[in-house]
Order: sequence, then C-alpha cells, then structure tokens
Amino acid sequence: MPSLRGAKRRGNPAGLRILAGLLRFARNDGIGLLFLLAAAPVFAQSALPPSPYAYTQLEDPKQEAEAKALMESLRCLVCQGQSIADSDADMAGDMRALVRQRIKAGEKPEAIRRWLIERYGDWVSYKPPVEPLTWPLWAAPLLLLGLGLVLARGRFRRRRR
Amino acid sequence: MIAEAGLAALWIAAALSLLQLFFGAMALTGTPILPVSEAHGEGDRPKGGGGANSAVGPSTAFGGPPPHGFDAGRTSSSYARAVRPVAVAQAVLAGLSFLILIQLFLRTDLSVELVASNSHSLKPWLYKFAGAWGNHEGSMLLWVTVLALAGAAVALFERSLEERTLLATLAAQAAIGLGFYAFLLFASNPFRRLFPVPVEGNGLNPLLQDPGLAFHPPTLYFGYVGVSIAFSFAVGALVTRNVGPAFARAMRPWVLTAWIFLTLGITAGSYWAYYELGWGGWWFWDPVENASLMPWLATTALLHSATVLATRDSLRAWTVMLAVVAFSMSMVGTFLVRSGILTSVHAFAIDPRRGAFILALLALYIGGALTLFAVRVGTVKEGSTFEPVSREGALVLNNLLLTVILGLVLIGTLYPLATEAMGVKVSVGAPYFNLVTGPLALLLVVAMAAGPLMRWRRDRLRAVAGRIALPILLTALALLALVLLAPGLPIFPFLGLMLALGVGAASLAPLWKRNLRRTPLFTYGMVISHLGIAVSLAGMASNAAFTRETLVAARPGESVRVGPYSLRFAGVEPVAGPNWTAVEATLVASRGGGSFVLKPEARAFSAPPTETSEAAIATRLDGQLYTVIGKPDAEGRWQLRLWWKPFVTLIWAGGAMVAIGGFLALVGRVRRERRTRLRHEEAKA
Amino acid sequence: MRRPLLWAPLALFLLIVGLVVWGLRRPDDTTIPSQMIGKPMPDFVLQPAVASHPGLSLADLRSGRPHLINVFASWCIPCRTEAGQLAELKARGVPIVGIAVRDKSEDVARFLGEYGDPFERIGSDPRSQVQFDLGSSGVPETFVVDGRGVIRLQHIGEIRPEEVDSVYRAWEQAK
Repeated sequence: MPSLRGAKRRGNPAGLRILAGLLRFARNDGIGLLFLLAAAPVFAQSALPPSPYAYTQLEDPKQEAEAKALMESLRCLVCQGQSIADSDADMAGDMRALVRQRIKAGEKPEAIRRWLIERYGDWVSYKPPVEPLTWPLWAAPLLLLGLGLVLARGRFRRRRR
Repeated sequence: MIAEAGLAALWIAAALSLLQLFFGAMALTGTPILPVSEAHGEGDRPKGGGGANSAVGPSTAFGGPPPHGFDAGRTSSSYARAVRPVAVAQAVLAGLSFLILIQLFLRTDLSVELVASNSHSLKPWLYKFAGAWGNHEGSMLLWVTVLALAGAAVALFERSLEERTLLATLAAQAAIGLGFYAFLLFASNPFRRLFPVPVEGNGLNPLLQDPGLAFHPPTLYFGYVGVSIAFSFAVGALVTRNVGPAFARAMRPWVLTAWIFLTLGITAGSYWAYYELGWGGWWFWDPVENASLMPWLATTALLHSATVLATRDSLRAWTVMLAVVAFSMSMVGTFLVRSGILTSVHAFAIDPRRGAFILALLALYIGGALTLFAVRVGTVKEGSTFEPVSREGALVLNNLLLTVILGLVLIGTLYPLATEAMGVKVSVGAPYFNLVTGPLALLLVVAMAAGPLMRWRRDRLRAVAGRIALPILLTALALLALVLLAPGLPIFPFLGLMLALGVGAASLAPLWKRNLRRTPLFTYGMVISHLGIAVSLAGMASNAAFTRETLVAARPGESVRVGPYSLRFAGVEPVAGPNWTAVEATLVASRGGGSFVLKPEARAFSAPPTETSEAAIATRLDGQLYTVIGKPDAEGRWQLRLWWKPFVTLIWAGGAMVAIGGFLALVGRVRRERRTRLRHEEAKA
Repeated sequence: MRRPLLWAPLALFLLIVGLVVWGLRRPDDTTIPSQMIGKPMPDFVLQPAVASHPGLSLADLRSGRPHLINVFASWCIPCRTEAGQLAELKARGVPIVGIAVRDKSEDVARFLGEYGDPFERIGSDPRSQVQFDLGSSGVPETFVVDGRGVIRLQHIGEIRPEEVDSVYRAWEQAK
C-alpha cells in the first residue's frame, strides 16, 4: 500500500489511524497476489491546493510529452512503490510541478533527472544509471542471449559437410 | 466444535500426506532399480555410448522381473497400490477442512480468531464467503487444498504416465504438501480459537469488498499451485529417469491447466489495477506483478518445450529444468509477496517470520530439485538434434527468448536488493524493463508468427516464405499506413502496431487451406492463443501510441475536450455508500451525435480511513473513455483527469483469448489422449 | 553435456537465496537519505510563513554560526511530538530556523501557539521547492547547516528525546 511505511514516520492524525487500520488488516491480509493499487491512504496531506502543473498539463504538447515520459520514470518519495506520474501524494504533485516548470523553462529531461539524483541518489530514478555497480544489469540482456545461443547451438545439426 | 473438526481434518490430511510420501518412496525403493548410489555409477559412465535408450527409463532399460525376488516385489506393489487412495483421501480431508473454514465464515463464528479479525456479521454473503481466503491463513489453506486436489486429480485421472514415474510424482507432490501443512499447522493455524469471544468482528478491508477482487487471488493460486504438478512430474521423471515423449504428453494437460489460470489471473489483475488506480496505467513492473509474470513466462516456455519433447523426443533435460524453474518462480512469487522484502505498491501481509518459513521451504524444495537435476540429468540424453528451419527450431527460439525475458525480469526485480547489499539504493522500473524486454518480446512475436507455419523436422526457407507472404505483405501495408497517417510515433508502439496485423494474420494461417471441420481442437487452441497475443499487442501499442490525456481544473458548467470527445462537467454531489462517503461528479460526454453520462467518484472510507478514486470508464468499440475526479481547489474548481484510450480493451481481450485458446487446446489434448487410450485397449481386447 | 554446467542452476539459485536471506534479515529501512550532506546549500529565499517571524534565505544561514533547520508542517503529527526536544535544543543555545512545508499562515500560527515556538525564523515553502533543494523526502526532518551554509547532517523523522544529544553534538561539531 502506498506510503504505509512513510506514514509510520511522518503523518497527520489520519495518517496514524490509517496506519493502525492498515496494520490490522495487513497482518491478516493474505491476499498476497492481490493487485490492490487502489488505496491512497489519507496520509500527511496538506490543506493547500496543489501546485500549478501538478494536475495540469503544459500548453505545448511536445513539452508535455517530454515531461510525461520523465515523470513516469521518477519514483515517488513518499509512496515509494509508484512513479510520480501515478501518485496522488502531495509531494508527488510538487515533483510533477517541478518537472513541468523546468521543462517549460527549456531544461532537458535528463538534466532534471540528474538534478534530482544529485539530491536523492539513484533511488529516485526508475531508470538505473549506467555505472560500475549496475553494469551487470545492463549487460544482462546480451549475456543471457549469448549464453542461450551457446546452449541452443548444441541442439542444431551441423550443416552438411 | 466445528473449528476443532477442521483442525483435526487438517492434521489427518497432513498425516496422510506423510503416508503418501512414505508409500511412494517404499514402492519405488522396493524394486532394485533405484538405489541412490547407482545414480553416481551411472553418471560416471562414458557419455557417448549410451544412446537414446538410457533416457527411456527403467521399464525398457531394465525390463524383466526385479532380481530382488518375489517378496520385495509384492511388498512394493502393495505400497504402490496404496498411494493413489491415500492421495485421494488426503485431498478429501484437506477439502473438508477448507469447507469447514468457509462454513465458519458463513456463520460468522466469532470464537475463531481468523473470523473475528477478518469478518463481520453484517457483511454481504459473498464477502463472508470470499473472506475465507481473503486473509493469510485462509489463503494458505486454499493453497494446500488446491495442492491436495491436484494430487488427487493426478492419482485419479492420469493414465498415460508410466506407473513408477506416477508414484514418484505423487510422492513429490506429497513432499511439497507436507511443508505447507507444517507451515499451516505450526505457523498459521486458521482454526485458532479466541477467548473471550468478541461481540463483533473487525470486518473485511473495504477495498477487498469487490466481487472481482474476491475471486482474483484464487485464480492466481490455482495457477501457482497447478505449476507444482509440473514440478512433481519433473521430480518423478528425474527419480525414475523416465524423461520422454510419454512424460511430456502426460504433463502437458496439467501445465496447460495451470497456465490458463495464470493467464486469467494476470489479465484480470492488470485490468483491476487499470481501473482501480485511477491513472490509466495497466502494467507497472511492480515486484508483485513481476512475481506473477515470471511463472507465466516459465510455464509458457515449458508448454512449448513439452511439445518438442512429445513430438520429437528432444529437449529432455531442458524441459525438466523448465518445470523446476516454473515452480521455483511460483514459490519465489509467493515468497516475495509474503515477505515484503521488496517495496511494492500492493497490500499484503508483511511478516518476516512467515517469509522465513516460506523461504526455508523454497530452499528445501527448489534446492533439492536442482541437486537432483544436477545428479541425475547427466544420464538423460538431450535427444535428437534439429534443422534450423523447422518447427522445433522455431520452438527452440521461442524458448530461448522466453527464458531470456524471464531472466531479465528476475534480475531486474532482485537487482535493487543486490545493490542495497552493497550499500547503494537503486530503483529498477519501467524504463529498464521496457527497454530490455521490448525488443525481445517483439522478436518473440515474429517467431510466433512464423513458427506454426514451419513443418516438423525439416522445412525449406522458400516454402516458409511462401506461406508467410501474405502476413509480410500486411505488415508492409501497416508500415506504410503508419508512416503516412501517424508520423512521429515512438519506436516500440510503432513496431508493435506494425507487427500486430501481420502477426494476427500469420496466427490464423495454420487454418488456411485446411478442412476446418477436421482440424483438431488443439490446433484451434493454438491459433486462438497466438491470435490473442497479436490482439493484446495491438492494444498495448495503440494505447501507448494514441492515448489522449487531459488534466484540468474545471468549474461546474465548463466543457473540456479529450480526444474525439467533448465533456461537460455538470457538477458534483455528495453520495453515501454502506461504509464510505463520496463526491460524485457528473460528466456529460458527447462525440458527434448522442451523449452519455459518466459519474466518477472520489470515495473516502472511514475504517480504515482510506481514499480511493472510482474511475468512471465508458467502453466503446474503438476504445475507452477513462475519467477521474480529484480534489477541489480554493477557487471552486475540481481536478479532472480524462483519458481517451483507443483500443485499450484489446489488451485484456487478447489475454482472455490466450486463456480461451489454452482451454480449447486442453480439451483437444485430453480428448485425443483418451481416444488413443481407448483404441489401444480395444486393440488389446 | 558438461558436468559443471549442470550444477550452475543450483549455484545460481543458492546465490539468490543468499541474497534474499540477507534481505530478510536487514533492518527495515525505507528512508531516502539526502545526498546533499557536505555540500553547500543552494541559494534560496523563502517568504515569512507567519507574521511574527522573519522569512528565511541562504544569507541568514551564512551568518558564521551553525543552525538547525527544522522542516515541518502543521498538518504532520510527529512534528508535534518533537516540540519539546526542539525547545531543549534551543535552551542549550542552538539557533533553530524552520521551513513550513505546504502550509497556511494561520495553521502555522496555531501550531506554534499550541506546541511551542523554538524558531528564530520560519520560511514558507508552499511548493516544496526548498525541500527538494535539501534532498528532504518528508516531514519532519532536521538539518544541521554550518556557518558557511554547508549541510552537515540530516535527521530523518522527529527528534526523539534520546536523540537530542547526538543532534546537539552534530551542531557543536559544525562550529
């Protein structure tokens, strides 16, 4: 459930009550494979209206498409398991606003991603960086394909000599 | 007393499971074929000379009477005779235990802790009923019940498998069952009493009170547990060294059954995520989704490799490996979901102790099976080799691509854990998975189009090209149309749309120029399943390429456009449900002539306090209009999120077709097996 | 088939089991630490959140002495529970400034009235901009910033009574 853990640490009275409720259900909730994306618990939401561009699009469709693609690849800080493009949390809304405003100001999406990674680490981006620690991840497709081809080669008859 | 009866039935079922394992083991070791030491002896043998025979199994390799003498033979055969009835009795008792749990829920017996904490006397009948498995203990009981029922079904209906392999299979099934009985009885007893008895129950999480959600988990469970049969077959085949076409034919209907349930479970899960989440997404590459996708990928590969094994007596070790992998993925899935080890958006019981228990079972069974594989499979020949251009060649490609995709999903899912072990937190999400699996999936779809048009054993490239000419032409036309009519599409949606039409046509090609009434049912099954994949691909690509989004803050009375629709926001009003209150918006949608009304809601539940968006979705022939209402702002405007998603429904329609095709194939296979068997028996008589 | 290859699946599986066992035993930590520790704080200017306190800008933090920045909000429950600890730190001579996130002026004023007011300055951050600058991922969080405006410490979550000393030490070290 989004923000279950977030609410443990921070949150308003509603948040705490939800937590109690969730824990009560979570403990007995065996529907493991349940695709339960529905619930956005009422956590730590402020009374302020959302930022401009949190729930509205950029006027230029091309810029909006860029922003949208970037938002889908950024991880929501409070809800943890969702991208900021799919979250109702305030902070996700503010991040959407940040992304749209910067795109509007002409910044490149990858620059915005770098800016956020500078602050929150690689965790914030659903697109893992290419660096020593993640090269196995990026090499995996080729490695697995290569290994598979080597294994499969044994199955095939040599061309007639 | 009824709860105690349920617990007693569970204990007896567990004991019978132990008995089943014991009898099975005795029946197998009673004859001299299987001393463990011999496995090593065999393994050391020089590889070249054995020929295909060594894999055919003891019945032919060691034909004739067992040299241990009459007595040993008789004891082992009496053990053997007992295994089937024990398996059936175990299933009856496990089933009884589960029925008793349902009964407890239906009468809301609050003296049972599980009922008190998950049910409520005023709940509708359906949710009392479904509440029996809407919790950890109940769902685990369902797990073992399905396992036991599957074992009994094998014991009762499996006729084509060689007897010794069947005994080993039932013994393996009992061994799996034992672990889960232990898990239930020692770590999650569903029948525990509560004292003092509370006046009222806690109720079921309101979010679970959805008819779809009530039946989604059991569907996936049937799939997960069904895969266990493939695993047991593989273990049985390894133990008796009987990996051959008969084994593949016997295993296939069971794998197919599990696969149908997995397909349905994933398709339904995706649709629920789509309409419940309220942002229009249908797949999120979330760990829990991946946990259901991985067994599906493995089972799909297994189905195809079993076909090669059944037809060409090849890919023996590989098929056994896939059966083990498929069940491993089911257990890994159960574990990931139960342990909460990876951050996910899904709600589930996070309990490290239970996670550890499942992990121990997983390590025991999978580790054991892989050890058995390593020790035994060296004596199993892979079988004959293939021509590259042939049906089996295409199936090998299918297996290669499916396994690589499976490997990538597994690596991507677990990688964050690995980097965290090294002190860095990374996220692996949609951008990675789409990028690495997308090209492979498209390649796979092309292979799927061409494969069924190739002949077994050997084909000529030119002949295949002739058969696939029309689909290629259609693909070219689609390419042309896309370039002209919808320039500037992103690459994956573009390729997806381009291929979907041709692949769909190629899927139907196996029916061309055939007498449709004499075409076997399982061929229809294959055609419909493959067509379903093409349909689903078209839906995914169309959704990615053509979705129109409008996010606005609108005042009542204002009109907004999304795609071809014009929506008038008529206003909002409060509504109250049984355990929630909501704001309901009225949107009047029109395109050209007529108009219709959509009423999205923002619901607030009080216990537990939760907000949900109830999207209002209008399904039209050419797509869905998806509307969500959000929060008001200070100036009296409401957030509206509107999407026009052309042909998005094809995604799930395709999924349903895949499952229906699987069902037809299942019926076709079972009928043919039975006819063959009857013919054999007649011939004998 | 080569023999070692047959053991490869088992080896891979054991590797995964090992990884997962580690994962199961690791403490449950879902915090996202800021990567800005040791880096200078970016330039910012925040309007006053309440009339009684001046706003906050980078210049105020570069005054030569270290500060505590408390990121809080009136709508956050744990923020209320740390009021006593903040008061104690203030009593021990730590200058505390606040950043009120996505908050309304009247709510902040009520919050200060009810739970105490250890703040010298309170900037209002209605769009979470400075929160993002700091690499903060929620409320409450507390940062120690030295006299040159360099971030020295991030404390995630409310300051519990037993954590007052360590926060104080971090502030002392930032001198």
